[in-house]
Amino acid sequence: MDDRLELSALALGRQIRERKISAVEAVQAALSRIRETEETVHAFVTVDEEGALRRAKQVQQKIDAGELSGPLAGVPAAVKDNLCTKGLLTTCASRILENFVPPYSAQAVENLEEAGVVVLGKTNMDEFAMGSTTETSYFGVTRNPWNPEHVPGGSSGGSCAAVAANECFFALGSDTGGSIRQPSSFCGVVGLKPTYGTVSRYGLVAYGSSLDQIGPIAKNVSDCAAVLEIIASHDPKDSTSLKRTDLDFTSALLDDVKGMRIGIPRDYLGEGLDGEVRQAVLAAAEVLKERGAEVEEFDLSLVEYAIPAYYTIASAEASSNLSRFDGVKYGYRAKDFDGLHQMYKKSRSEGFGPEVKRRIMLGAFVLSSGYYDAYYLKALRTKALIKQAFDRAFEKYDVILGPAAPTTAPRLGESLADPLKMYLGDIYTISANLAGIPGISVPCGMDSRGLPIGVQLLGNCFEEKKIIRAAYAYECARACRAAQQGKAVEA
Amino acid sequence: MANVISDETMEYVGILAKLELSGEERQQAKKDMERMLDYIDKLNELDTSGVEPMSHAFPVQNVFREDVVTNTDMRDAMLENAPQRRDGSFVVPRTVE
Amino acid sequence: MRQYETVIGLEVHVELATKTKIFCGCSTAFGGAPNTHTCPVCTGMPGSLPVLNRQVLEYAMAVGLATNCEINRYCKFDRKNYFYPDNPQNYQISQLYLPICHDGGIEIETGFGKKTVGIHEIHMEEDAGKLIHDEWEDCSLVDYNRSGVPLIEIVSEPDMRSAEEVIAYLDKLRLIIQYLGASDCKLQEGSMRADVNLSVREAGQKEFGTRTEMKNLNSFRAIARAIENERDRQIDLLEAGEKVVQETRRWDDAKEYSYAMRSKEDAQDYRYFPDPDLVPVVISDEWIEKIRAAQPEMRAEKLVRYREEFGIPDYDAGILTSSKKMADMFEETAALCGKPKKVSNWLMGETLRLLKEQNLDPEDMRFSPKHLADLIDLVDAGTVNSTVAKDVFAEIFARDVDPAVYVEEKGLKTVNDEGALRKTVEEVIAANPQSVADYRGGKEKAIGFLVGQTMKAMKGKADPGAVNRLLKEILAQ
Repeated sequence: MDDRLELSALALGRQIRERKISAVEAVQAALSRIRETEETVHAFVTVDEEGALRRAKQVQQKIDAGELSGPLAGVPAAVKDNLCTKGLLTTCASRILENFVPPYSAQAVENLEEAGVVVLGKTNMDEFAMGSTTETSYFGVTRNPWNPEHVPGGSSGGSCAAVAANECFFALGSDTGGSIRQPSSFCGVVGLKPTYGTVSRYGLVAYGSSLDQIGPIAKNVSDCAAVLEIIASHDPKDSTSLKRTDLDFTSALLDDVKGMRIGIPRDYLGEGLDGEVRQAVLAAAEVLKERGAEVEEFDLSLVEYAIPAYYTIASAEASSNLSRFDGVKYGYRAKDFDGLHQMYKKSRSEGFGPEVKRRIMLGAFVLSSGYYDAYYLKALRTKALIKQAFDRAFEKYDVILGPAAPTTAPRLGESLADPLKMYLGDIYTISANLAGIPGISVPCGMDSRGLPIGVQLLGNCFEEKKIIRAAYAYECARACRAAQQGKAVEA
Repeated sequence: MANVISDETMEYVGILAKLELSGEERQQAKKDMERMLDYIDKLNELDTSGVEPMSHAFPVQNVFREDVVTNTDMRDAMLENAPQRRDGSFVVPRTVE
Repeated sequence: MRQYETVIGLEVHVELATKTKIFCGCSTAFGGAPNTHTCPVCTGMPGSLPVLNRQVLEYAMAVGLATNCEINRYCKFDRKNYFYPDNPQNYQISQLYLPICHDGGIEIETGFGKKTVGIHEIHMEEDAGKLIHDEWEDCSLVDYNRSGVPLIEIVSEPDMRSAEEVIAYLDKLRLIIQYLGASDCKLQEGSMRADVNLSVREAGQKEFGTRTEMKNLNSFRAIARAIENERDRQIDLLEAGEKVVQETRRWDDAKEYSYAMRSKEDAQDYRYFPDPDLVPVVISDEWIEKIRAAQPEMRAEKLVRYREEFGIPDYDAGILTSSKKMADMFEETAALCGKPKKVSNWLMGETLRLLKEQNLDPEDMRFSPKHLADLIDLVDAGTVNSTVAKDVFAEIFARDVDPAVYVEEKGLKTVNDEGALRKTVEEVIAANPQSVADYRGGKEKAIGFLVGQTMKAMKGKADPGAVNRLLKEILAQ
């Protein structure tokens, strides 16, 4: 492997600006890495070799002409396959979109391209982002680069695996209930879900519209902040897009947590949490404490209600969002059918996988006549209470610290047999989507099997900078410690 | 508290969602749905009286476009992905009138 | 047979006169080739998102205020979920839980006097695309040009009791909306559509009967006929001891018959829920006042002004204001020529005659006020006589010709050459000795024949008054 593939995105960007490496060389290196890795990892649904090389040439010309000077100009990246890319297959890892080539790009992708980032291809995911393992993809599973017998997590498993396997320098994912943070923790990379409305959802194929948010997945916290700074923008095409004036996220990359108030929900440390994960997360908290943060445990409350509320809301929205896939305007249409309604039913039944169908049916049911109040409105009321619980917590704490997932990456095939159990794995990440708040997952250790563990930091709405700062300080401390241990070993 | 989903309900939800599940898949989906509903029933433990249902996590409001034509003819691009098209239109099985 | 009362409520859909669709920047113009006014949003492409057109909201507010509704200070959009190919997302964005307007009403007048018809609510929603059926290929073609065109749905209370009241209500509603400029409200073209909810109950009974909803009513005549038909159908059912089924029926005006629109695949369970892609609309008092202040002059105000400012009789003012187009034509023409009474005469006379003759609505008038004003000036200047003027007006009405140019080209100017006229008059006198004798013998009327003969000889291009004077002068010699 080309050593330069291990560079961070910002470091590569710097080398490109300093003419130590060209954008084309960087793309070629990434493509060759993809060729040698994909057989085991299978992080991509589509690799656009030709397009990426063509684009790299154009970007290099602009860099040479002084028209592009951004920190990530020329840097090769990957995009989750539920983000529309103009002229490039966008499948959501579903048979129903197996041949869909969007005539437009998602705003987040446009922002990347404007910054000179080169999109290498589209990453695998759970079908329509419904899943926690990337095993529900129509195009086959993605494997965890740390151990191919294990899943990479999901639903942004392809993006996280691609970053972990050095197939790209960063990637975009989407997070509806933890789909960036959980696979980031399973793959040992940094993933951030911004405040709802910070990154435009235009061009993101919707799953749960009120919960979906696009975010960066990268090798370290600095890259994550830099990518977020690029993709975050107010977009008049997305009514839920926020007008924020504090999008200079890299300004928060400060190695200083003195006086920062950090709360650990006791509710996040109880039953169901793997012992090794618990230990690693508490050790991470200890590191921040040593660096001057005030750390204490507290009761967040309502944690056990987040999952049922989430699955009600997300399934209801999904049942409506996914009704547009009907074999009329794009995507898969069944071959033999008798009349319109059978065309709908066969196309959808053959086009969607079991997990997607399960959620569509559940969603249609909870919205159906007679059940709306009992299920859907009840879930929205619960959501309000959960938001209030976070509001109270953020009166006392700057950052909430906890695990990103109850365990490390499960083995392939272990999770799908029992969907409910799989859903329970989202317990630490889901509340952030209900409350609209930002969260970041940062590597904090390895379990005894050599699988990564992630610590999650949650911040209040619009306070990405606080979690970026805490995450950055932690990352610095960890690097420092690793360096010291290295010295100790050498000695 | 166990939810029981009848075959009629499965049929009905299938009509609403335009999904047609066959034998085994249907039985599995029914079982999964019953379990999920049992699990969702946990919300009934919570007293939510007087709580306003919250659609959006924070109050963004009054987002508008002005009434100005911004789109040009994009017909070909819109039709590009259609499984069946003719005369500048999408083609579907004849709808009953 | 027992006595029955018919109870009717209306759901009226009105296409708003915005330039663009409700949630995207596509044009709402009529007549484009299929799917040429479409984009990712109004074809339901994955990842596309709606953004509300401000003008749609303001039109809806204006209609609400003009129909005495309360404006909901906090309103939201909901999704109505159902599968049909004219609906690209397979849900329609509409308003169920918090519509923009509620609890209003308008006064109508029929042969039985005045009454108020309540308006339950007005909500905003998007129109569907069009399906064109191909009999040969056994398929349908989908055109999304109309998909996403803004609509308001005005839901009345069940306050109407007869077809006459329904027509009066629709007429009044149409006039209000036209005056506001919020829509042209053409039933035939579908920019105004009415669904009729109808039930019957025995006279004196308090509870409503079971109602049906009738769709596909494309004219006032169809509405009246469908009401009669459905009323009779329901009474027949009740008289036969059967029950009315709550259902949606489709009217076939050619066959004068309705049938139930039912299918197993049509569950009518729309699973409404708040659209998470759109944010709530919050309306301030200031905003409402701004809309109210911008309301144009309505009919009642015009009636008073026409009388006081222009001295137009009430009956004429009533007709001039019975359509926005007519009132606009009157005011614009009067402003150009400064002769309101003459303008009124042209509109009340020739214009109405031509409209009636050609079975047109005032909205179909295509000529410019400038040309009518010019014609009035030409008549006043004596350039054309009134008979010629009627012919010229017919051309203005049909093709909006410029009267000055037309009169010149066709050589229709009145001949004011005294010599030429005198010569013709003398010829006519010479050629009609009998009439001359009659006139001189005291038959005053005989002069009319001579005037006619002179006009004929002049090919109409003479001033009949001048001819009359000249004849008398010569015959007196």
